[in-house]
Amino acid sequence: MSFLAGEGMTGGYGGADIIHDCTIEARQGEVAVIVGPNGAGKSTAMKAVFGLIQLRAGAVTLDGEDITRLSPQERVRKGMGFVPQERNVFTTMTVEENLEMGAYIRDAGVADTMARVFDLFPILKERRRQLAGELSGGQRQQVAIGRALMTEPRLLMLDEPTAGVSPVVMDDLFDRILEIRATGIAILMVEQNAAQALSIADRGYVLVTGRNRYTDSGQALLDDPEVRRSFLGG
Amino acid sequence: MTDVANAVVLLMNFVIVPGVAYGSQLALGALGVTLVFGILRFANFSHGDVMAFGAMVVLLATWWFQGMDVGIAPLPTALIALPFGIVAAAAFNLSADRLVFRFYRRRKSPPVILLIASVGVMFALQGIVRFIIGPEDRRVADGARFLIKASEFKQATGLKEGLAIKLSQGLTVVVTVVAVAALFWFLHRTRAGKAMRAYSDNEDLALLSGVSPDRVVFYAWLIAGTLAAIAGTMYGIDKSFKPFTYFHLLLPIFASAILGGIGQPVGAVVGAFIVALSETAVTYAYKKFLRYLLPESWEPSGLMQLLSTDYKLAISFVILVVVLLVRPTGIFRGRVF
Repeated sequence: MSFLAGEGMTGGYGGADIIHDCTIEARQGEVAVIVGPNGAGKSTAMKAVFGLIQLRAGAVTLDGEDITRLSPQERVRKGMGFVPQERNVFTTMTVEENLEMGAYIRDAGVADTMARVFDLFPILKERRRQLAGELSGGQRQQVAIGRALMTEPRLLMLDEPTAGVSPVVMDDLFDRILEIRATGIAILMVEQNAAQALSIADRGYVLVTGRNRYTDSGQALLDDPEVRRSFLGG
Repeated sequence: MTDVANAVVLLMNFVIVPGVAYGSQLALGALGVTLVFGILRFANFSHGDVMAFGAMVVLLATWWFQGMDVGIAPLPTALIALPFGIVAAAAFNLSADRLVFRFYRRRKSPPVILLIASVGVMFALQGIVRFIIGPEDRRVADGARFLIKASEFKQATGLKEGLAIKLSQGLTVVVTVVAVAALFWFLHRTRAGKAMRAYSDNEDLALLSGVSPDRVVFYAWLIAGTLAAIAGTMYGIDKSFKPFTYFHLLLPIFASAILGGIGQPVGAVVGAFIVALSETAVTYAYKKFLRYLLPESWEPSGLMQLLSTDYKLAISFVILVVVLLVRPTGIFRGRVF
């Protein structure tokens, strides 16, 4: 049984459905990646898992518990951490304050968690008094991930964490994501850079027009000639 | 050399000192407007009359204290009556939210609907204030008048020009410094204050972090009411209490908040002093000032006044228009929708 399971999810933003009978799972200590062409419903699938859109059919379970009807805020309390693609930091607050806000719902042990986040992202410790809005794209992304980690989530969801950063920064971010995986957290990630993302993925989902097209381990998908031809550019 | 000193004292006495006192009052008002805008995302037109309401309650409490012969001379009695005004103004804001604004917030009405609703609240409140205390001009300040008297200053310095600082002006500045420092401490050092800044910065992310919107909105109204009562009272002590003038203050207050960058507390304070000093500087007659500095033959024949004091509201208006045309986000880059 997967730690997180979104099964048979169907829904969209009010009008027509965007995802159809879509199934996404993530296990602890593993990275699951959702890839696919533009408009395939990758982000929508993740938002469905997090409760940002209403499902017409299907269910989401976390650690065996049905959370389909919970609001995103309630899901955060259940142990889900979400890093939106855009506007994912408080630009007018310092790095340290961003992390503090991440731990807003917690009472104790915040300092320990912050120390761990600083260990993971040393640059943030250096820049802790600086406003998040003044940081580079890659550093901002680190603040955003760090903020989500401050709740000590059991599942971390990342919506295109490498959007708009340079290839060097992207490699670095992927390395950090692997370090986070090593702590035993389940990671679910939507990625535009399909080949690189699949190369670190334990499990990959290729979505096309809101439906599951291929599901396999990351390496198997990379090796599949059909997937390569259709989605990875040869 | 004495001519230069006389000119400087003249300018201090008629432009800088009154400008700084007026700027402090505007700063307190603009902070309330900018906080409500930052959290609730609409321009609250009732703020000026909440200032009048708070000042009215202070005045009533002042009369009560005076009737009982309780005072803190030489300081004005209104200072010990201030807590009553703060409680009343905050309570009014919270009830207005419960009765009016919350309804539109839950319906997710666009900001302009909330703005119009606040105009309605403003008219209702104007009626309430006139009903309770009437439209007349009333004196709020008692106790000593001056911190420094012009005659004493002349005697001490031997200059021809005197510098007078009214007690009310000194008090206004001190109270503003304390209130602004307390506000900034709250916003930057406390959990609730940081939650307010986070909510103002990025509402969605704040909600994801577990910030309760109801709590943040509650604090915003509470603080806005507190600041309004203090601002209204200090203005009343410095000049006088007349309900209608608070409605007029709305324009310079909005000009200050927008000039500084709406939603930015630091901007509101900086904007307020720019607006206030512009008002006093542009409406001052510089004839005497120039006579000290220029050779006799150059003495200006006119008053050398850029604008009559009757038109001082026009200055806020011009500042507002220029800011919106040239830099709509204001000095400190506030949010613009």
